[in-house]
Amino acid sequence: MSDVLVYALHYQGAFNKNSLGAVCEGAARAAEIGGECHAVVVGGSGLSDDLCRSLGHYGATKVFRADGPEGLAQPVVDVFDQVIAEHGHRYAIFGGGLLGFEIGAGLAARRQGGVTMEVTAVRADGSELVAERPILGDSKISVSRYRGELGIIIGRINAFEIREPGGADAEVVDVAVEYSPWSKRAELVTRGEQRGADVDIEGASILVAGGRGLGRAEGFAMAEELAAAFGPGSAVAATRAVVDAGWYPYAAQIGQTGKTVSPKLYLAAGISGAIQHKVGMQTSENIVAINKDANAPIFEFSDLGIVGDLNKILPKLAAAIRARKGG
Amino acid sequence: MKICVLVKEVPDAAVAKRIDPASGRMDRSGEKNLNPYDTHAIEAAMLLREGGEVQVDEIVAVTMGPESAARALHKAVSLGADRSVHLSDDALAGSDAAATGYALAKALELESPDLVLLGQQSDDGECYTIGAVVADHLKMPSLTQVVKLEVDGDALRLERQAEYGYDTVRIRLPAVISVGDAINEPRYPSLKAIMGAKKKPLVNLDAAAAGIDTALVGAAGSRVQCGEFHDPPAKAPGRIIEDDNTDETVAQIVAWLEERKLI
Ligand SMILES: Cc1cc2nc3c(=O)[nH]c(=O)nc-3n(C[C@H](O)[C@H](O)[C@H](O)COP(=O)(O)OP(=O)(O)OC[C@H]3O[C@@H](n4cnc5c(N)ncnc54)[C@H](O)[C@@H]3O)c2cc1C
Ligand SMILES: Nc1ncnc2c1ncn2[C@@H]1O[C@H](COP(=O)(O)O)[C@@H](O)[C@H]1O
Repeated sequence: MSDVLVYALHYQGAFNKNSLGAVCEGAARAAEIGGECHAVVVGGSGLSDDLCRSLGHYGATKVFRADGPEGLAQPVVDVFDQVIAEHGHRYAIFGGGLLGFEIGAGLAARRQGGVTMEVTAVRADGSELVAERPILGDSKISVSRYRGELGIIIGRINAFEIREPGGADAEVVDVAVEYSPWSKRAELVTRGEQRGADVDIEGASILVAGGRGLGRAEGFAMAEELAAAFGPGSAVAATRAVVDAGWYPYAAQIGQTGKTVSPKLYLAAGISGAIQHKVGMQTSENIVAINKDANAPIFEFSDLGIVGDLNKILPKLAAAIRARKGG
Repeated sequence: MKICVLVKEVPDAAVAKRIDPASGRMDRSGEKNLNPYDTHAIEAAMLLREGGEVQVDEIVAVTMGPESAARALHKAVSLGADRSVHLSDDALAGSDAAATGYALAKALELESPDLVLLGQQSDDGECYTIGAVVADHLKMPSLTQVVKLEVDGDALRLERQAEYGYDTVRIRLPAVISVGDAINEPRYPSLKAIMGAKKKPLVNLDAAAAGIDTALVGAAGSRVQCGEFHDPPAKAPGRIIEDDNTDETVAQIVAWLEERKLI
């Protein structure tokens, strides 16, 4: 059998965008290798029949629904393990996201599967699926082929497109799962806490993004001054490093576990350009980076790169833009 | 409580990484260093010991890698580990993420730790996943990308950013935890600690001693075969300005922005 099993993460009654992308990808690829795409959902009473069936509109023919804790990886590994043991799926696909990484890796251990992460493209080669993963700072692409009974593909965030929904409802199959003892030793105390102010960066056409190079929380004043100089339609964004450090609110974070944006102008100050940040902003129309390290990865995907000290450049740039706008 | 910290030797950040066309694996020659992300895991272990909420009897650094990887262990010991374990065997070369995690789990089983700490990613492999693989083999609960770790009775209270914001998770020990780089500021080793590092006990293990089934590791035992390396679609290189004179630099940036009607 050449069926593909996909994890559909949901939160507050809606499926994750990356999961829906993974279902679409799974359906398209399964069709090419002569199989079907099925999905796994794990959760409590929030998982209505209607919600589960709706995965059919993205290409899943069957949805395995398990009653279990939400937001943790290991219970989902238990569900995948059981469903695959019973139905013999050949591939498992996860959309980008932290849980997908953890579930995919745990599943590889449980069922002796092969796992590839950060996958940007999947294609069929005869009756097999192969996965492409950028490596070495995205400078090369490596192709994964799978041996054994289970190939596990963990997508990079935003890698799989969601096609226009349509088509029949999926069949919902309830599965009773015996969770492993170690899965039960973890408990989600709180989920999805939003830290800091609720700022809107998705609506902005100009983003001034600040990273660890700003030096300290107060450094963000320089980024805010520059954004203010650009005027209405501009906002300040941030990297995970500075959000985790408490320098700036979570709502302003761009990247894998933050927002995806594509403003007209994205100006990065003191940001190295890690892949997990890049995936959230690479479709910006114009990318400008200021970094004192000439080898910073961000220069690899900038349209204009300035090698220099942001402490010297940002205040003068803000003043120059103000002068320009005023005059 | 006994803590094992997984550490890895990686090419130094300054070394340009490339694929060796002959072997089809990453070229790991040149200057090497302890994976910088792992220093946060060692620091987390040290803070647990110094915090005094639990008694930490021992911190053991564990690595899998070629002979040279012993240097990463020395560095780990200079940062606070009491002793180290070096798993090394030709049969392990070329292991993929799942095989590496399996082999490390076998080495860890011999130690029966109460807590396994890892870095958020290796600077070269960048799989982000070894922790989850190790945990399943050890039958322990786990969490990755943790940026806050507190002792809570016989459990840990952990925080991390996931898909929808910050999550707080309570996990009972024994457990496998990968820490993010925002969790702490690793200390620098003292000169005395660096000098003394080579005198701390180091156990060498081969695959047989760790009870590893060699059919499941190495390039031949790995379930993923990587190859067919090729270049991504070329992107026109951007313009670079070296900031020698900031007034001039700023004038150039403003002109560039104006050309594109961004101001
Ligand atoms: C699973 C996972 C998910 C992640 N999710 C995200 C995410 O959603 N968003 C995200 O952003 N990251 C994310 N990360 C983290 C990411 O890998 C990087 O660690 C992070 O983006 C780095 O932030 P930074 O660029 O601010 O800091 P650093 O990487 O430390 O870079 C700071 C830069 O500032 C420069 N600099 C320092 N001083 C100056 C100065 N005076 N003038 C000019 N330049 C200066 C330095 O040269 C350096 O390049 C994630 C990581 C993982 C593993
Ligand atoms: N060969 C190895 N030996 C010991 N620890 C490792 C090895 N590879 C990875 N690790 C650990 O796993 C973490 C995550 O690595 P990775 O999943 O490769 O990104 C690293 O920070 C290390 O703590």
